[in-house]
Amino acid sequence: MNPKLSRRRFIKGVIYSSAAASAGAGYYLATAQVNSNAVVERLLSLNINGQTRLVDVAPTETLAFTLRNKLGLTGLKVACNRGECGACTVLLDNISNYSCSLLTHTIKQRAITTVEGLRSVDGRLSAVQQAFIEELAPQCGFCTPGQVMAATALLRANSNPSREEARQALAGNLCRCGAYDHYLNGVMRAAELLS
Amino acid sequence: MTFIHIGKDFVPPDVEGKVTGDAKYVEDFKPEGLVYARLLTSPLPSGRVTSIDASEALRMDGVLGVITADDLPPSSAPDDPVLASDDVTYIGQPIVAIAAISDAIAENAIDRIKIEFERRSFVTDPLESLVQFGPNAYPDGNVLRQSNSLEDENATIRGGIAEIKWPATEIEKFRNGQEPIGVDFADGWTYGDLDTAFSESTVIVEESFVTAGTPHHCMEPRSSMAYWQNGKCYFYASTQSQSAVVEPLADLLGIAPENVCMISENTGGGFGSKGRVYPTMAITGKFSQLLNRPVQLRITREEEYYLGVGRPGMQGWVKTGVRADGSVAAVDVIIISDGGPTGRNSASSSAQHLSVVYTPSAMRLRNIPVFTNTAPRGAQRGPGQNEMSAAIAPIMDKAARQLGMDRAQFRRVNAPHSESPVYENQGPITSAFMTEAIDKASEMFNWAEREAAPRQKNGRKVRGLGIGLGYHSAGGNGYDGLVRITPDGRIHLHSGVGNLGTYSYAGTARAAAEVLKCRWESCEIPRGSTDSHLPHASTQGGSNTIFTHTRSNWVAAENAVVKLKEIAAIEFGGDAEDYSIENERVFKTKNSNQGFSYGEAAAKAIELGGRFSGEEYPDDIHSITQRAVQGIAGSGLVGVAKDNLPKRGIAPGLMISMAEVEIDLDTGKYEVIDYIGIADCGTIIHPQGLAQQINGGAVWGFGMAGSERHVYDPQNALPANIGFYQAKLPTILDVPSNMESGAVDIADPYNPAGGRGVGEPSQGSAVAAVTSAIADALGHSFNRVPVTPDMIVNFANNDEQGSTPLAINTF
Repeated sequence: MNPKLSRRRFIKGVIYSSAAASAGAGYYLATAQVNSNAVVERLLSLNINGQTRLVDVAPTETLAFTLRNKLGLTGLKVACNRGECGACTVLLDNISNYSCSLLTHTIKQRAITTVEGLRSVDGRLSAVQQAFIEELAPQCGFCTPGQVMAATALLRANSNPSREEARQALAGNLCRCGAYDHYLNGVMRAAELLS
Repeated sequence: MTFIHIGKDFVPPDVEGKVTGDAKYVEDFKPEGLVYARLLTSPLPSGRVTSIDASEALRMDGVLGVITADDLPPSSAPDDPVLASDDVTYIGQPIVAIAAISDAIAENAIDRIKIEFERRSFVTDPLESLVQFGPNAYPDGNVLRQSNSLEDENATIRGGIAEIKWPATEIEKFRNGQEPIGVDFADGWTYGDLDTAFSESTVIVEESFVTAGTPHHCMEPRSSMAYWQNGKCYFYASTQSQSAVVEPLADLLGIAPENVCMISENTGGGFGSKGRVYPTMAITGKFSQLLNRPVQLRITREEEYYLGVGRPGMQGWVKTGVRADGSVAAVDVIIISDGGPTGRNSASSSAQHLSVVYTPSAMRLRNIPVFTNTAPRGAQRGPGQNEMSAAIAPIMDKAARQLGMDRAQFRRVNAPHSESPVYENQGPITSAFMTEAIDKASEMFNWAEREAAPRQKNGRKVRGLGIGLGYHSAGGNGYDGLVRITPDGRIHLHSGVGNLGTYSYAGTARAAAEVLKCRWESCEIPRGSTDSHLPHASTQGGSNTIFTHTRSNWVAAENAVVKLKEIAAIEFGGDAEDYSIENERVFKTKNSNQGFSYGEAAAKAIELGGRFSGEEYPDDIHSITQRAVQGIAGSGLVGVAKDNLPKRGIAPGLMISMAEVEIDLDTGKYEVIDYIGIADCGTIIHPQGLAQQINGGAVWGFGMAGSERHVYDPQNALPANIGFYQAKLPTILDVPSNMESGAVDIADPYNPAGGRGVGEPSQGSAVAAVTSAIADALGHSFNRVPVTPDMIVNFANNDEQGSTPLAINTF
């Protein structure tokens, strides 16, 4: 895994950066600062789940908002909207990211993968999805799409992780039901399925 | 008894949607024309609204309307009102709701509303209010005199506001672990002869304790969405029950229950906080009615910490007497609860926990629920039992040590069995096999050998072993079951159980499949929406679903089997008793060729009509079930029944946990390095689901032990912990990499499927095992949860604690 992009470093960054934004409850984060007279390119071309999607994006819009509200990709969840929980995790070029803490305008041509993009073309579930079912990893399921994406990012970078490496990889994804042990079992089973 | 479904793992039908993102939660539904509501909340902890001027906000483009308390049915203190007016009682309390065409416009419009208040005095710490001349949370008083019992943890509090004050000298004694003398209490109970029991005691331990209030931290906030269609309100909510929500919501909206369609397919965590209607649901329903458009009220993570209910903190004193043989003779306990603005408290269930797991011969509870101007309080996973479990474990350890008795053996001597009397009425339980559970855990953990060995030390790191017990009343009765067989042979197991992710909505449906002796693949489970014709069900909470709804499914399926046989007798002659079922056929026992498939029998049921196809139904089923049956009448063979099976007293869910912790004395951080949880929950119904509940509950226990808490700034009553990382639930790095779980797996005789629930005790036993282990490692008990690193560092360095001794909400 690229040490410069470790989960821990990333989380630290988003927590600091979210401190100011979190004071307001707004979904748009910085809506109040929008200058309506500014000329900003609005129509973006995004690479999502292997497809090009054209979408009208406000300058301060988060990727989580764009994906959920503009493109109907509601698999990712917004549980905190300030980089604490990981329920909104998506992949950018195969690296897990909190979509609530990214502005869509910063994404450019990077490949975005959401939980909806993990099935194979013939509809089969991914190894992580299959393994999570077999281990009955989810409970309430609200954090599950984020857990799936974090596990997918790990296995794409390291298809044979140790249990400790898997634990570290899921450390940015909270689960209030406390299903951690079961998600961990799921990651290890997915690695077996892939081998 | 050999089962074909019970005790075996299966793939619950909703799990695939959770891993693919197809599972829908409230905010995922976006009907055409959706508009958005936001809340103006109180900046003050206590006061009265004197004027609201929303005219400027209403003139904004895109703003559609506002609602205030005047637009809603009146409420009176100490109820938690939908929108506050005469009694504003905490910071963040909703006062005005505003709707607009976008979330952002609604949010911005809040700033344009002018509101004036009359300020009142406020209080965040119950003892600060209880002391003579201390401030009161309400003008009329500071304590709740409760007039109804809280057997149902989700029931509305009934009672009035009263005033109780203690002299400062007695408050000081109470803070320092001594019994206050000559003071008033609001409530309490007693059983047995306390004086005699103490006189029989060889060891008497007297201690004070504090447990913090904690937020629920549900990953899905309590957002809601509603629209109206053909006079019917379609309501999307994150809730623990369809049944329990429909009628109160209909009341709030002033419509008949049959005109509410409650949709709650998936609930992103409830843990007691979504057991009933939550007040903000009324705003969504009312706005959608007034505007005649779909309205979504999104509750943010931060708002959750203000207006979401939390576990009440408590502060107490306990005196325990133990006989020479280790049996607990007497427990005398005082509990001062932080009732927040509603008075909701768990004092009685805390004391009941002691009566069940330590079976004392005599007990007394004296308690006061004190109002504070903090977040509303409500039921949270094992309300009362789990925080008491955390507090009492090191205290009982101390008693065992003073007796020179092994701590597990001490628990074993006092363990409840099937004939143990419990609670203040010393009533019966359905069954208990805690001796077996303690033995199983001790063997798997190798307790005796590890307990006898010297504790490991590694430089400034010390280790300790802990043992904890968990309990919760885990099973109800009297609900309805509903099954339907259609002519295509499909078997529909209608479930009104909420879906919190325990999979018990499906696990309990398997009891019906068991009775019908059918393949699981032939079954489907209509659920998640009252339009799917769901029977009256319990709230999915209180650890009760497994016991309650295996029973209701069982009786409904038995009703269907009787009808299958009666229809076969009509078709092929003879009596119903002459027929058997197997392989989804009903046939003459003596000649299996004379019979037909379930599907053919269902077609015949439709032809026969009446009770066979649901045109007629039993008189004793609930009106919710009646409506469900009416909705499916004539579409198949309908089995419907109320659970009138016998039940003796309380169905206990019981747990024992053992843990090892390693504490770094330099940083105060500790790790749980080994953990095991063993349940006494009757027959195992669903092994994977059980493991999930035992391990998930343990993670909750680790959070309660070490990090989770409400904290308020006493000067302004501002909550300090308003985020996941502040309040703070455990991450995967806070729990052991491997956790072991198991169960004694002995059937409860009052459930035909044999099971009892255990979702809540699993937290209580885990937090107790950790507090016990910390005290073991340090040779010192804080008698307080959470035990935070600063407390450990200060103790290790012989420094004074920086925190206020034994205070609930402040530090």
